[in-house]
Amino acid sequence: MLTLIGIGIVVVGFVLRFNPLLVVTCAGLATGLASGLGPVAVVTAFGKAFIESRFVAIVWLVVPVIGLLERAGLKERARAVVAGIPAATTGRILMLYFAVRQLSAALGLVSLGGHAQMVRPLVAPMAEGAAENRFGTLPAAQRHRIRAHSAAVDNIAVFFGEDIFIAIGSILLIKGFLEQNGVHVEPSRLALWAVPTALCALVIHFVRLLLLDRSLRSQMSGASSAGVTEATEA
Amino acid sequence: MITLEHVYWLMGALTGGVAIVNARDASNPRRWNSALFWGLYSVTFLAGSRLPHFASGVIVIAMVLVASIGKLGQGTRESATQDERIRSAARWGNRLFIPALTIPAVTLLGNWLFKRVVIGGVPLVDPKQVTSISLGIATLVALAVGMLMLRPRPSAPIVEARRLLDSVGWAAVLPQMLAALGALFAVAGVGKVVATLAERFIPLGSPLVAVVTYTVGMALFTMIMGNAFAAFPVMTAGIGLPLVMARFGGDPAIMAAVGMLSGFCGTLMTPMAANYNIVPAALLELPDEYAVIKAQIPTALLLLAANTAIMYLFVYRR
Repeated sequence: MLTLIGIGIVVVGFVLRFNPLLVVTCAGLATGLASGLGPVAVVTAFGKAFIESRFVAIVWLVVPVIGLLERAGLKERARAVVAGIPAATTGRILMLYFAVRQLSAALGLVSLGGHAQMVRPLVAPMAEGAAENRFGTLPAAQRHRIRAHSAAVDNIAVFFGEDIFIAIGSILLIKGFLEQNGVHVEPSRLALWAVPTALCALVIHFVRLLLLDRSLRSQMSGASSAGVTEATEA
Repeated sequence: MITLEHVYWLMGALTGGVAIVNARDASNPRRWNSALFWGLYSVTFLAGSRLPHFASGVIVIAMVLVASIGKLGQGTRESATQDERIRSAARWGNRLFIPALTIPAVTLLGNWLFKRVVIGGVPLVDPKQVTSISLGIATLVALAVGMLMLRPRPSAPIVEARRLLDSVGWAAVLPQMLAALGALFAVAGVGKVVATLAERFIPLGSPLVAVVTYTVGMALFTMIMGNAFAAFPVMTAGIGLPLVMARFGGDPAIMAAVGMLSGFCGTLMTPMAANYNIVPAALLELPDEYAVIKAQIPTALLLLAANTAIMYLFVYRR
């Protein structure tokens, strides 16, 4: 039971919003100690696990070129492109990105997206720009909401698209694990049974994006009149 | 042969450069903390494969203390004003998208190509790490394209990288830290303990209850572990195989496929999946670090219900 102390630390730490790095480190060290390792062995195990997980950080290699392009006006250009399309709304842009991202993931092209490469420099500015074209300058709360939805679309589309591709990691993991337990399954059937959920994800999230457009419309028509009152009061 | 180690040298150069730019920037109120944090991180990339693991562990703990107790700062100088960026955007137009789209294009090309290139019997690229190495090479190609096109000062990429990474701050290291925590959990046998507890306390009397326990359990356990891949073996060995399949005669392919996707619903709802949920909130400069999770929760819950329904309707039909 003491082995679970790490989970407890993580839950409490995240709920109380301590610095997550500190929480995770404490949880790791506590888990090691609880499983009977000495202090030096725990730090060694932690160092080893950290070094062996370095591949997770490789995505940051994109920041020099993305930063360079941002300085040259990439975000501003992304907004200007959207400004030239009168039919563009925040919801519609995000739906288009969702569809492209999910479809390309289903074909195994998982690296055609990502938060640092696509969402920050392109998708979020376009989604924000579309709202600005319609409603003028956005209050911070709405701007942040649109950005959060841009990141969410990238996640949801790729999670529920990639399993349709036969050679993706999770399909191989499922097949390998079931085989160890003496159960044989065809990867093509696993991929096939990812399709119903993928369609549900598309429908559910498209409805939510339509609702996002509607909510932005009503909030912004309310906000513009509220803005006028504030201005007169000031 | 190009291996992951070479990509780590690039990461070491990047984080080391970020440390140096921070150390020289008096507009960052905590510049020495920032320089120390990124400098230590750089050491783990440049020397991590040769250092004793104990030394790496000490470095990591020092990084955590600098970031949590010392706090990191951020420079306030903007490298280009809004006006300059708008003028530059008008000048370059859609050509600005070329370097940005070079990254996915070269990554995909590399993924396909590098598996096939063998020189003197040795593959050009470590076949097990093709995707990561392709991404590393793609960023270099995209940077070269960007530099040739825009012709900024040579220091511009690292100065801009510093601006982005400092806006993300410690969250940039969190996914790696959580992956390390997952490895420690595995060593300590956390998954097995949770599975034993689940088996002891959950009533599993009917085919429907077995399905609901499996899908919801996948989501919950994924939220705890931050990763559906860690939850899948535990939940499937504990509930999926013995109950849904063996006792009630469910189809293992449908069970496993939809079970994994139920785990993904959990991934959308947990700060433990930091690279999907916490990092983008930092990257998009959102004041609420849980803003992305909050945007995802309604879809995740509806989709978990949909997965449960799909599994119950189809898994027992054969």
